[in-house]
Amino acid sequence: MQNAIEITNLKKCYGDKTAVNNISLQVEKGTIFGLIGANGAGKSTTIECVLGTKKKDSGEVKILGLNPYTERKRLFEKIGVQFQDCAYQNLINVKELCEVTACVYKSPSDYFSLLEKFGLKDKQNAKVATLSGGERQRLFIVLALIPNPEAVFLDELTTGLDTIARKEVWNYLLELKTNGLTIFLTSHYMDEVEKLCDIIAIMKDGKIVFYGTTEQAVKESNQPTFEEAYEFFIKE
Amino acid sequence: MKAFTKMLITELKLSVRDMNMIIFAIALPLVVTLILGFVYGSKPAYDGAAYTAFAQSFGAMSAFGIVAAGVMGLPLVLSDYRDKKILKRYQCMPTSPTLLLIVQLVKYAVYSVAGLLVVTLVSLCFGYRMQGNVFAFIGAFLFVLVAIYSIGMLVAALAPSMQVGGLICSVLYFPMLILSGTTLPYEIMPKWLQIISDILPLTQGIKLMKGTSLGLPLNDIYIPLIVLSAITVVCTAIAIRFFKWDKKQK
Repeated sequence: MQNAIEITNLKKCYGDKTAVNNISLQVEKGTIFGLIGANGAGKSTTIECVLGTKKKDSGEVKILGLNPYTERKRLFEKIGVQFQDCAYQNLINVKELCEVTACVYKSPSDYFSLLEKFGLKDKQNAKVATLSGGERQRLFIVLALIPNPEAVFLDELTTGLDTIARKEVWNYLLELKTNGLTIFLTSHYMDEVEKLCDIIAIMKDGKIVFYGTTEQAVKESNQPTFEEAYEFFIKE
Repeated sequence: MKAFTKMLITELKLSVRDMNMIIFAIALPLVVTLILGFVYGSKPAYDGAAYTAFAQSFGAMSAFGIVAAGVMGLPLVLSDYRDKKILKRYQCMPTSPTLLLIVQLVKYAVYSVAGLLVVTLVSLCFGYRMQGNVFAFIGAFLFVLVAIYSIGMLVAALAPSMQVGGLICSVLYFPMLILSGTTLPYEIMPKWLQIISDILPLTQGIKLMKGTSLGLPLNDIYIPLIVLSAITVVCTAIAIRFFKWDKKQK
């Protein structure tokens, strides 16, 4: 099996505080990987160092065999990214946001069919700001898929969504996985992680304290459910 | 180029939707030019002057679009897009956020030039004809534009948030607008106010545009030329050194 993402001994400090302490992990192509942990455990910093939007102090990162620091242009043709905070211009509508995203890629996928697939066809001319939380998150998945990516990074994608909207998003992600997409996500919802992720890493104070499947986490911690297993690892 | 055009058109559409630039860079100079046209008519600038009071104000009115875009629009939109993490989003695309930056510069230049065109059109209706060399004036206009935009870039680079950026913009914009000769003619100010006004970079810019549009002798324009060149170099250098795509970037 080929790895889509390989991280080796990644380290990042802010002053004398170590945010990411020597972590290593691999994500196989066509799988969903979940990075979980409490707020401030270092998840977002890890993603940013992996993508190169923050400078790592040391370690190696390879995404799809490319170095995100030196081969940015080639790499970002092939991956889609959704950060935690929403990022769109005031007064922009759905269609325009898709257009300004698509225009920077050499061979973008047809955003119209993506909008249709994600149930946003009727919202093309709606202002992004007027969309409901669920619609906006679906739009952000559409944006992450516009490059026709081989891998996507989704940071806390379903935060703030109601149960039904979250389950919709899950189904979309599972469908994308069966089409061969590699997904790297972070989440605070254990039911979501259990349902979606093939492999997880639990982070605590910048270190990985558990790495494996959710079943293994339950077994190793000797807890009845994954939710409790997770609490076991971050309290340990 | 395809991406640049698409983004420029979209950003222009968005700015038309929010009306700010239409009001401050186009409507405001239009109104002021109309008022000055009616007030001054074809009165000479002073007894025995070779040019009219209206012609004397043309340079100042041309600057409206530059200040509105350069110290109001540009720094606000850049700090807004940074706060909203839009610039950061472009870091994870096969382009660089620099593209978005250039799009913004061009977008605001479009507004500054539109402001100039409106002023020129109205002035022609009032019988204004430029006495100086048109190309020298256009050169001066572009030179002032670059200098004022560099101040805007400096604010964008140093402002920690859009709120602070907005405050700095108001502090820069309104005194410049009132004191540099755009709204209140420099010539009618008392001496002490002229001295304060002289410190403002826009006043120097307007002197340059006034001088070239009236065809005044060149030795009058050395000081503004030097002051504005210095401002451009210093502001641009600091802006490049401190500008960040993301405030939390370390």
